[in-house]
Amino acid sequence: MAGDIKIHIQNFGLRYSDGTESLHDITLDIYARQINVLFGPAGGGKSTLLRAMNRLNDLTDVVEQTGHILLDGEDITRPGYDIVRLRRRVGIVFARPVVLPMSIYRNITYGLELAGIRDKATLDAAVTRSLQQSALWEEVHDRLGDPAHALSGGQQQRLCLARVLALQPEVILLDEPTSGLDPISTAKIETTMQELKSDYTFVIVPHSVQQAARVADWASFFLQGELIEHGVGREMFLKPKHTRTEDYITGRFG
Amino acid sequence: MTDQHEGQPKRSLSWVEFLIERAIQVSGISAIILVVLIFLFLIKEGTPAFMEVPLSGLFATRWYPIEGYYGLLPLIMGSLIVTIGAAVVSLPLGLATAIFIAEIAPDWVRNILKPFVEVLAGIPSVVIGFIGMLVFAPLIRVTLDIPTGLTAFTGVLLLAWMALPTVVSVAEDVLDAVPKTYRDAGLALGMTRWQVIWRIVLPAGRSGVLMALMLGVGRAIGETMTVMMVTGNAARMPVGLRDFFMPVRTMTATIAAEMGEVAHGSPHYHVLFAVGLTLFVITFAVNIAAASVVFRQVKRAERMLA
Ligand SMILES: Nc1ncnc2c1ncn2[C@@H]1O[C@H](COP(=O)(O)OP(=O)(O)OP(=O)(O)O)[C@@H](O)[C@H]1O
Ligand SMILES: [Mg+2]
Repeated sequence: MAGDIKIHIQNFGLRYSDGTESLHDITLDIYARQINVLFGPAGGGKSTLLRAMNRLNDLTDVVEQTGHILLDGEDITRPGYDIVRLRRRVGIVFARPVVLPMSIYRNITYGLELAGIRDKATLDAAVTRSLQQSALWEEVHDRLGDPAHALSGGQQQRLCLARVLALQPEVILLDEPTSGLDPISTAKIETTMQELKSDYTFVIVPHSVQQAARVADWASFFLQGELIEHGVGREMFLKPKHTRTEDYITGRFG
Repeated sequence: MTDQHEGQPKRSLSWVEFLIERAIQVSGISAIILVVLIFLFLIKEGTPAFMEVPLSGLFATRWYPIEGYYGLLPLIMGSLIVTIGAAVVSLPLGLATAIFIAEIAPDWVRNILKPFVEVLAGIPSVVIGFIGMLVFAPLIRVTLDIPTGLTAFTGVLLLAWMALPTVVSVAEDVLDAVPKTYRDAGLALGMTRWQVIWRIVLPAGRSGVLMALMLGVGRAIGETMTVMMVTGNAARMPVGLRDFFMPVRTMTATIAAEMGEVAHGSPHYHVLFAVGLTLFVITFAVNIAAASVVFRQVKRAERMLA
């Protein structure tokens, strides 16, 4: 089932200014049109790696970064690489939702407008489609003009997902996208991912081992900045190769 | 035993708390009483002016107390021109500087600029007025080729200079306080750094930026010394754009200059208090307007962050 490699991470390491190494010598392939899961206990460096995949660490206090990340064979860590273009190809949804101080509608169309799309009909269609995909349409379709910050936390989280889906990037990075959601919305979003994965590459940090096991085509287990195990999801959750992976999956720690 | 141990610090703590609460209450109330007293005093000394000078005389364009002309309009206009001018100059400059320091400058530049701006805020107004008289005024007179460099424009520049450090340092703090997650959200959507500043950071911090401007201009409105030294103090009615480069006289400067030599209880004396009353009312109105805007937006921002 190993398909094309979408992102190749080569000996990647990262150290924040507090000195500890948040990622150590990670080599990992992210497969195209698959759901790639990064999981592990808190502080393992999953979010850091996600952010590195669309260069959001540039403005944080990273003191040292080693190795390379290749998107379709192109080194995105190279200085001078067009980051704005990169971020249109690789979208991200953060663990804590951040809606922009605008209407619900504008939150979704804003990125499209930045990309030069002005046509009202196209924008409307994108809003409808992305809100349906993120399981939010039913709740907000009659008040798209309301300020987005009036939505509940879970709704904001789905709005952030819709915002990324509207842009139709090639890769979608999801950092605990369902952490604040009820089981029904969670299930809807997982279904959406399954439906969309024929067109997109997903990299997701799930909020629980159960979710990891449910959605993972590929899984990588991170522990304290190291990649412990990487493999086909079904196999890893049934028969982990490393004891530390097994301990975590079976709930013996973390 | 345990009772004593638990009870004792509690009791003394509640005593301390009681005292602190009272002290805060007393100082809070006395501040309010003081403001009310000032207001009452202004009314007591100022209202006779409305009896002694007809309203048409007060709302006239000629201020010449020696001959009984008490038209307040030139003074009010003078104050408005200088204050609004200072706000108009210092807002874009201050905001641009704050954006540069908070968002663009590398750390080491920032570490130099921030304290520098704060030192700038501490320069006494007399010193600024002095520099204005000796440096700015001659420069303006020569470059614009006008009879005197002591003009409304000079006052505007110096007041803007005085307001600037406050605007910059408060606005910088505000921009700095906009959560990093907002910036990340913008960047992740493919915004450039500039778009993030313009479309996300500034809107999110706008109530604070407004407050920065109010504080800065607040310093300018009440400023007497600098204005007196550099605006020429001719009580002319400004009517056109040209008057911007002519001497003007503000309300504060008038009070400061004339109060010392006026006969106690004379119409002139009462009119000066009426000027003070006008100033008080205007400042009060501006403050309330600003506070209501800031308050409304803070509430919105809070909801946004919730
Ligand atoms: N901006 C930062 N500055 C300094 N250290 C950071 C920063 N962000 C993360 N770290 C550190 O890097 C390590 C990895 O953090 P990261 O957020 O990537 O972990 P995570 O696997 O996503 O954890 P969680 O499951 O709790 O989200 C942690 O030790 C954290 O303290
Ligand atoms: Mg995380």
